[in-house]
Amino acid sequence: MIKAIGIDVGSTTAKIVGVNESGEFVWSYIEPADPRVEDQVERFLEKVREMAGSIEGIPIVATGYGRNLVHQATKKVTEITCHARGVFKQLGHGGTLVDIGGQDSKVIVIGPHGEVVDFTMNDKCAAGTGRFLENTAGRLRVKLEEMGNVALSAPEEVKISSTCTVFAESEIISMIAHGVRVEPILKGLHRSLVKRIVAMIRSVGLVPPLMLSGGVVKNPAIRKMIEEETGEKVILPDHPQFMGAYGAALIGLKLGKG
Amino acid sequence: MSLRDHLKYYWNVKLVGSAYLRWQRWQAERKPRIPRNWRTDIIAPPLKISARTKELISRHYLEGRYANGHKPVAWVTSGGPVEILQALGFYVLYPENHGALCGARRYALELSEEAENYGFSQDICSYARTDIGAMLSGKTPVGRLPKPDLLLACTNICQTVLFWYRVLAKHFNVPIILIDTPFVYKNAPEHAIEYVKKQLEASIPVAERVAKKKLSFKKLKEVVRLSREASELWLEIMYRGKTKPAPISVFDQFIHMAPIVEMRGKPETVDFYAAMLKEVDERIKKGIGAVKNERKRLLWDNLPIWYKLRFLAEYLGEHGISVVASTYTMAWGELAPLIDPERPIESMAKTYIYPILNRGTGYKLQKMRDMVDEFDLDGAILHSDRSCKPYSIGQVDQRNRLISEYGIPALLLEADHNDPRAFADEQVKARLDSFIEMLE
Repeated sequence: MIKAIGIDVGSTTAKIVGVNESGEFVWSYIEPADPRVEDQVERFLEKVREMAGSIEGIPIVATGYGRNLVHQATKKVTEITCHARGVFKQLGHGGTLVDIGGQDSKVIVIGPHGEVVDFTMNDKCAAGTGRFLENTAGRLRVKLEEMGNVALSAPEEVKISSTCTVFAESEIISMIAHGVRVEPILKGLHRSLVKRIVAMIRSVGLVPPLMLSGGVVKNPAIRKMIEEETGEKVILPDHPQFMGAYGAALIGLKLGKG
Repeated sequence: MSLRDHLKYYWNVKLVGSAYLRWQRWQAERKPRIPRNWRTDIIAPPLKISARTKELISRHYLEGRYANGHKPVAWVTSGGPVEILQALGFYVLYPENHGALCGARRYALELSEEAENYGFSQDICSYARTDIGAMLSGKTPVGRLPKPDLLLACTNICQTVLFWYRVLAKHFNVPIILIDTPFVYKNAPEHAIEYVKKQLEASIPVAERVAKKKLSFKKLKEVVRLSREASELWLEIMYRGKTKPAPISVFDQFIHMAPIVEMRGKPETVDFYAAMLKEVDERIKKGIGAVKNERKRLLWDNLPIWYKLRFLAEYLGEHGISVVASTYTMAWGELAPLIDPERPIESMAKTYIYPILNRGTGYKLQKMRDMVDEFDLDGAILHSDRSCKPYSIGQVDQRNRLISEYGIPALLLEADHNDPRAFADEQVKARLDSFIEMLE
């Protein structure tokens, strides 16, 4: 039985999560982000209605870049707070959470009681985000979901010196022109992204354990390389891509209980 | 200096201009008008003194417009030892203040592009670009800037001024006085102070030659005394922020700091800040806060984001957050005790070697920590200013140590004091929103 709903309208995907009385993750749904946010949210809520009957009186908390367009929301909360809340509930401990999203990446230091102690976000450049991989996946004719494995299959890697998405693309074009194979390029590309992320982790100071969330987590190369670069084992929650929406639902549950 | 220029000055500035500006001020004081869309539900209306600030600044630039030919003109860096020039009767223009004014009026980008089109890199300080753009194009929102007869650059704020003022010197073909202030890690050694003192002494004959008159030490002492009085009053005003709710925010301080920067050593500046202090005290007596529902109090580090003052005041104010103190505005008051009118040159050497920007990053960290205690603050926003490297260096560590060693929540906000291209609305909001939730 759904007692609270969390909606995360991100830049790449939109997610919805329902939780039960005790805050357990009971239902979720995901779609690529629709530029008509209001329509998409209405569609999402229709799905909940189909499944659970009425949503009357169920608190809805919205998060993500499009949160202000979720007019049905009881409350709007930032992704930082929501991710921290969701991950803490699932894993039961604090530490350093890295969320790599489509538009931005965040490093959140979570305290022993699940509170946000500190956070940082990538700067104005897209090089530390999922968009960095997405942008170049197209150019290399590799499917986004296969990128990680292709990268890991390469025994060697090339150095992508640029940290800018646009410049990285031109660098890749010139490598292709020089006959460099796709696999080492992809591996170098992942390394470049991970180095940006690790620099962010270092800038706030790594408080172990290290946890990961966000859509990019599905990529095994990212996970492996973060472990290599930090020397820390990475812990994943059960539904890494839904942590924002899950945390939002948990905040909703608390609201419902007053 | 011709009779025609003198007459023009007296007619336009002393007679018509001043009278008109005074009348404008009276009108504004009689019927105070709150600017359109001002969120009076969140923040207090503008200070009544604003009418006087406007009069002072307008008269300052009006005087500048007719200064050439009437009195010697000097362009000076914001931390420049201006008292000698004031005592010699110079009209003093601060390109950085003019830059800030252009920034607040959203005119800086246009001027900056003038400089960039000429070949100056976007990586140069946006004040320098604004000023050089104004110099090259003659454009300014204040009518017309006077040409300098003398330049005074002091390295106590940054090294950029060295190169910036050389560009000015070449363009205007005028002499430049450079005061080199050695960096201070803990305490300035005697020889460093002596070194600055000797440079100040050496600058006097140069300034005298340009002004075509001798410096009167009696006059210098008087200017230094007025400088100290104004700085003391400014410091008092800053300290009133300790009251809860804080009567004025840093955004008010930013708006009303122009006279302490560009009109130090003048009697009207002392009167102005005495009046401002009185109004601030009235607010305290009535329990008026800069933010109506003050729930959290913050510190601001680094220069203001001139083109976003209202936005930030309201965005934070909406959440009951008042930014009550800043290392930046404090810089023009905290050195007041060092100024000694009886020993003008020696005390100036000491005063001008100690600004926060000329000291180690550890000092700034300590200063921020002290301010958090003194003002009873809940957190800090450190504006990482793309343009101002000396102010921004060390901020990542300062922020981390505020959090880890002192438990003070702190946010690094990336922007630029004058270049709006370095400010991304949505990204700033995303960071502020998360920080606000963290403070809860």
